[in-house]
Amino acid sequence: MALLQLSRVTMRFGGLYAVNELDLSIDAGHLYGLIGPNGAGKTTVFNVITGVYTPTSGDIRFDGEAIAGERCGRITRRGIARTFQNIRLFGEMTVLDNVKVAFDCRQATTLGTAMLRTAAHRREEERVALESLELLKIFKLDHLAGEKAKNLPYGNQRRLEIARAMATAPRVLLLDEPAAGMNPQESIELMDLIRWIRDRFRMAILLVEHNMRVVMGICETVHVLDYGSTIAIGPPAQIQRDPKVIEAYLGGA
Amino acid sequence: MRGGLAAALVVAGLLLLNALFTGAVAPAFALPPYLLQVLCLAGINVTLAVSLNLINGFTGQFSIGHAGFMAIGAYSAAYFTVTFGEAVRAALGFLPAFARDGAVLLVALAIGAFLASIAGFIVGVPSLRLRGDYLAIVTLGFGEIIGVLILNIDAVGGARGYSGIPKLANFFWIYLFAALTILVVYRVVHSSFGRTLVAIREDEVAAEAMGVHTTRAKVISFVVSSALAGIAGGLFAHYLMYVNVRSFTFLKSFEIIIMIVIGGLGSISGSVLGAILYISLTEGLREFAQYRMVLFSLLLVILMIVRPQGILGHKEFVTFLTKRRRSIGAAPGTPGNA
Ligand SMILES: Nc1ncnc2c1ncn2[C@@H]1O[C@H](COP(=O)(O)OP(=O)(O)OP(=O)(O)O)[C@@H](O)[C@H]1O
Ligand SMILES: [Mg+2]
Repeated sequence: MALLQLSRVTMRFGGLYAVNELDLSIDAGHLYGLIGPNGAGKTTVFNVITGVYTPTSGDIRFDGEAIAGERCGRITRRGIARTFQNIRLFGEMTVLDNVKVAFDCRQATTLGTAMLRTAAHRREEERVALESLELLKIFKLDHLAGEKAKNLPYGNQRRLEIARAMATAPRVLLLDEPAAGMNPQESIELMDLIRWIRDRFRMAILLVEHNMRVVMGICETVHVLDYGSTIAIGPPAQIQRDPKVIEAYLGGA
Repeated sequence: MRGGLAAALVVAGLLLLNALFTGAVAPAFALPPYLLQVLCLAGINVTLAVSLNLINGFTGQFSIGHAGFMAIGAYSAAYFTVTFGEAVRAALGFLPAFARDGAVLLVALAIGAFLASIAGFIVGVPSLRLRGDYLAIVTLGFGEIIGVLILNIDAVGGARGYSGIPKLANFFWIYLFAALTILVVYRVVHSSFGRTLVAIREDEVAAEAMGVHTTRAKVISFVVSSALAGIAGGLFAHYLMYVNVRSFTFLKSFEIIIMIVIGGLGSISGSVLGAILYISLTEGLREFAQYRMVLFSLLLVILMIVRPQGILGHKEFVTFLTKRRRSIGAAPGTPGNA
């Protein structure tokens, strides 16, 4: 049984089938690439998996349990985290607090203990601060912990988005164009980082990315969408030769 | 222990000031009654502004019904005192007079806060589930409904207003609760829970995606804010000894919003400053008679052009002073967030 399984998932906006009868399954430890021309429906797939939208039809299972239609926050707490294509950090908050907020989703503190500053709550806060800094270190952001997120350069904001998603301790990580706006050097570092995360935490990663060098370089499986429908699934080498894929990219663009 | 000492100092300080201002220590120190009243109303406005800032400034939800919660607190607290005050006082006959008054006031305020928080819950749950401007519309309507309801309850005077409320609140109580409100809001904001509130303000979709119980957090924040507004209302009633629905229209709500906008949404000290500035300006401009509100509006417009984020912005007063130079030198702007 796959960790995350989509069966015949459709998302319709009025007359537009943004995602059409999509089948997709990812196992733990897998790096799965989702590509397709602009408007193919990749971000919509993320929104459907994470509960931003309820699919028009179809079944989504995480670890065997149906999750379609659940609230976004609930799905995150189950163990599916994401980043956003159009960076959505908490701009006025510090880099450290951005990560701490995500950590809080696994915490049991209530308003009462927080207000009374109980010893247990203080310990919990110290632990969260420590673990958050540790996480920032992995993403080479620890020296920026006190900066406001909105003041970071683009590449760092992208990395902070991933760090923040990681702080929710996910088993499936959805990355929506993490290399967008990065220079080639940064993209290569990011590739290594994504691979390292996968190996270190054995999580499944679903990667949407326009940078073909990144996708073909690190994904075991590549899934190609066009107009919401699957046109090919397979290992990178096979996808690169697939005439339908070449047609979709060259013909559509 | 340090907290206990600080609390004792604040209470002692307020008691001393109260004695000074009312002329109990020496008549020479007494404030003119008009000035003392302005000072007390300023204290009530501090409570209102700081509590509204929790929901509008820190949580980023736009409520324009704060006066409605204040009205609930004012009327219910006053009703309790008028109806049961004597009985409670009699039961506490063994206590000195000021302690009996204090006890009645505290119970009355607790009732006011409780009922206001219930109202906050009822208004908050349906409207805070939804994103965007629903809260603004619902709270605006709520404020008007509360007004109409009170107008039709004869037991609290209806359109005549509610009079005969004993004067139990004074400078001491008003500023004690202002201090308490600041403490409560400060602690909420500077806790892990406060972190999630600010995250909701910054980006609700992202907050939800990070596993935050956004609806729950918003409702809690709104209920706390409403309860504090209820306390402010109770103090208001027990200070002026008379309340009228006309004191709690949406104009009052806007007044409080103006205070927190002046001071800076998302800054507790900003709200305190805004409340005091608002009162000082509206009272200070009285000598300009009919031009008063024109001048006041002009000042507001100028402030909003010069400092659209309010005087303190998101910062607290202390950091505002110390970090000012640094933030000017910080890297400019954000990369485009498409
Ligand atoms: N909320 C919505 N309402 C209506 N249409 C939508 C909505 N969200 C997405 N769409 C449409 O669905 C289609 C797929 O959009 P989506 O954002 O998923 O594409 P994408 O593959 O992520 O594209 P890109 O590579 O540009 O990010 C587009 O035609 C888009 O206009
Ligand atoms: Mg997209």
